[in-house]
Amino acid sequence: MSLHTVSVQLENKPGALARISQLFARRGYNIQSLAVGPTEREGISRLTLRVDCEEGSLEQIEKQMHKLVNVLRVTELVPGETLERELALITVSVAPDKRAELIALGQVFGATVADIGRDSMMFEIVGVPEELDAFEEVLRPHGVRELVRTGRIGLRRPRTGSTRRMRSAAVVS
Amino acid sequence: MSRMLGSDAILRALELEGVRVAFGIPGGAILPTYDAMARGTVVRHVLARHEQGAGHMAQGYARASGEVGVAIATSGPGATNLVTPIADAWMDSTPLVCITGQVRSNLIGTDAFQEIDATGITLPIVKHSWLVQDVRELPATLKAAFHVARTGRPGPVLVDVAKDVQEAEFDFAYPDEVDLPGWKPPAKVHARQVAAAAQAIAEAQKPIVYIGGGVVNAEAGAELLAFVQSAELPAVTTLMAKGVLPDSHPLNYGPPGMHGSKWANWALNKADLIIAVGTRFDDRVTGKVSAFAPGARVIHFDIDAAEVGKIRRADIPVVGPLKQILADLTTELRSLEADGTSPQTEPWLRQLADWREEFPLRYGSNGDMLKPQLVLETLQSLTAGNDVVWTTGVGQHQMWAMQYLVCDRPRSFITSGGLGTMGYGLPAAIGAKAARPDATVVCVDGDGCFQMTCQELATAALERLPIVTVIVNNGWLGMVRQWQELFYGERYSQTHLTHQVPDYAQLAEAYGCAGFTVESEDDLESALVDAMDCGRTAVIDARCAAEENCYPMVPAGAAAVDVIEMPDEEPARA
Repeated sequence: MSLHTVSVQLENKPGALARISQLFARRGYNIQSLAVGPTEREGISRLTLRVDCEEGSLEQIEKQMHKLVNVLRVTELVPGETLERELALITVSVAPDKRAELIALGQVFGATVADIGRDSMMFEIVGVPEELDAFEEVLRPHGVRELVRTGRIGLRRPRTGSTRRMRSAAVVS
Repeated sequence: MSRMLGSDAILRALELEGVRVAFGIPGGAILPTYDAMARGTVVRHVLARHEQGAGHMAQGYARASGEVGVAIATSGPGATNLVTPIADAWMDSTPLVCITGQVRSNLIGTDAFQEIDATGITLPIVKHSWLVQDVRELPATLKAAFHVARTGRPGPVLVDVAKDVQEAEFDFAYPDEVDLPGWKPPAKVHARQVAAAAQAIAEAQKPIVYIGGGVVNAEAGAELLAFVQSAELPAVTTLMAKGVLPDSHPLNYGPPGMHGSKWANWALNKADLIIAVGTRFDDRVTGKVSAFAPGARVIHFDIDAAEVGKIRRADIPVVGPLKQILADLTTELRSLEADGTSPQTEPWLRQLADWREEFPLRYGSNGDMLKPQLVLETLQSLTAGNDVVWTTGVGQHQMWAMQYLVCDRPRSFITSGGLGTMGYGLPAAIGAKAARPDATVVCVDGDGCFQMTCQELATAALERLPIVTVIVNNGWLGMVRQWQELFYGERYSQTHLTHQVPDYAQLAEAYGCAGFTVESEDDLESALVDAMDCGRTAVIDARCAAEENCYPMVPAGAAAVDVIEMPDEEPARA
């Protein structure tokens, strides 16, 4: 098993996302994270999926997704050729006298303070998902009250040239 | 462009798509469309007695004709009753357009009377589905629905139409083209891959062509025959492919799999090259996958890229339309032959012929009761050479039909393969007869199966469809009983139906059909002849030996080479 990031362009039609998530559930593939939003083209959404699976399963996933009428394109985002980002909001318990310590800690990770309450504060951090993991780890001992992550999004780096479809997609079309 | 209601637009779309017959049942949310039907259409509507029946009729129609089947139902229970046929069409790649009424747009999501999320419920078993809430989207949606159902790997689609959409007036124009940027079934064939396949075939010593239902859907029977003959290649045909390569062709070794012959299983499993054509390595064929054809390289041709490599890795994958692939392949093989390279298959063919001789299909003659195999053999001998379309239910009778009926034409054997839907046979026969009125249509059914959809006798009788249903009545859920005998310590839990209840001949008469009861070998032939000649819908209750098992058999999960044949001396059991 290994982790893969898959980027899917799909028509923004009713049920399109349900069809994809259904496909994963039905065929027993595990989605680690999923982020969806609009793209440069009107009516087209981009999904970034993080999947834990074997190489053969990845090919099956991709082929099955290609059969969905609303799916326009499926690409694997290969590490090194891809820029990946994620955003997290993290609320931590903190006594007033410990705030400065935590803010300094946040600065190391490039996190900003989004809000401060009587005995808690909220960090906002944007970065590669592994950096978010690390920051979360550091905050844990202080008492993480609530945490939300957007799920990773990714795009191929411009300098690696135009995006190419996955191997089996070439067989399809 | 003309002004009309949404309901009229649905019927105009069906007409423009060339639909001759549609199957369905009206109800609240689809009433406007049935009202439009009363205003006039060239589409003939067959009124089913249950939406499941309508769906299977549409499937039988589609599979007998090669056209898209159409089923119409109302919302809620109408739609849920269509779920089984949709699932069946999904598994067996049958082109099907289901049109369901939906509650009014303003009621959607309120748990209104007979409201159900039809597109949601069917999501995993359709190629695509649409909920139409704006009448202006109706023409393009129906155009797309038919296009998606019939192109690429065929299958079911669902169009759920809100009642107010059917009632709305608009300017109707049917598009010439579909606007589906994400739907691009493979249209081209990779010449290099075909050449590689031809080369591998030419070098094979023990090749076997493994033919599936995809060849039927591709209408590629002629190309298949030319391919098989061009290099004297032996073939096995799955349940779904029966007839696409004539059963009586000497190179056709018939069905492999769980109840296939020993020789066909051995041919497939001991080959050095499997040429899979439009087939999906179903577990009922492969048995234990890790033990399946261990010495074979695999060439896999399919229209659906997702089937290639799904179960068994393909050494040479070729995705594309089978008709063209097979034609190109034959050309390649001929040119290789001209260069002096062609497969040296004679020893292999001799081996296969020896196996066929050594392990014939057989059954005992013990006991007083009619043997089910004899029913099938008699049906075959009575209809040999005729234009017959067979349909079946699912179970022992289906497997005996597969073993004993000789089908030499594509689309002449219509059965529920993937889903294994008991009750498929009778409604599928009605659909097949509607599609092919000149053909003799015979449903071979089991007593358990028949009781699941027998209300459709009313449909057949009133539509005056002279189809014959032969019930191989062993009084049991026979295949389940067989598994209980072999694998569950002979504990026959809840499988005994009895031979007598219902009295099928009387039931047939009650539905306005002709009924016959056969209890002995002596009456069999005359009853079959009478039923086929009576010109009415007929039911034959062939009361057969209760405990006859279907052999050969590969137990589920066993290696397919480990075929169990019928025990030599099966003790007579009353």
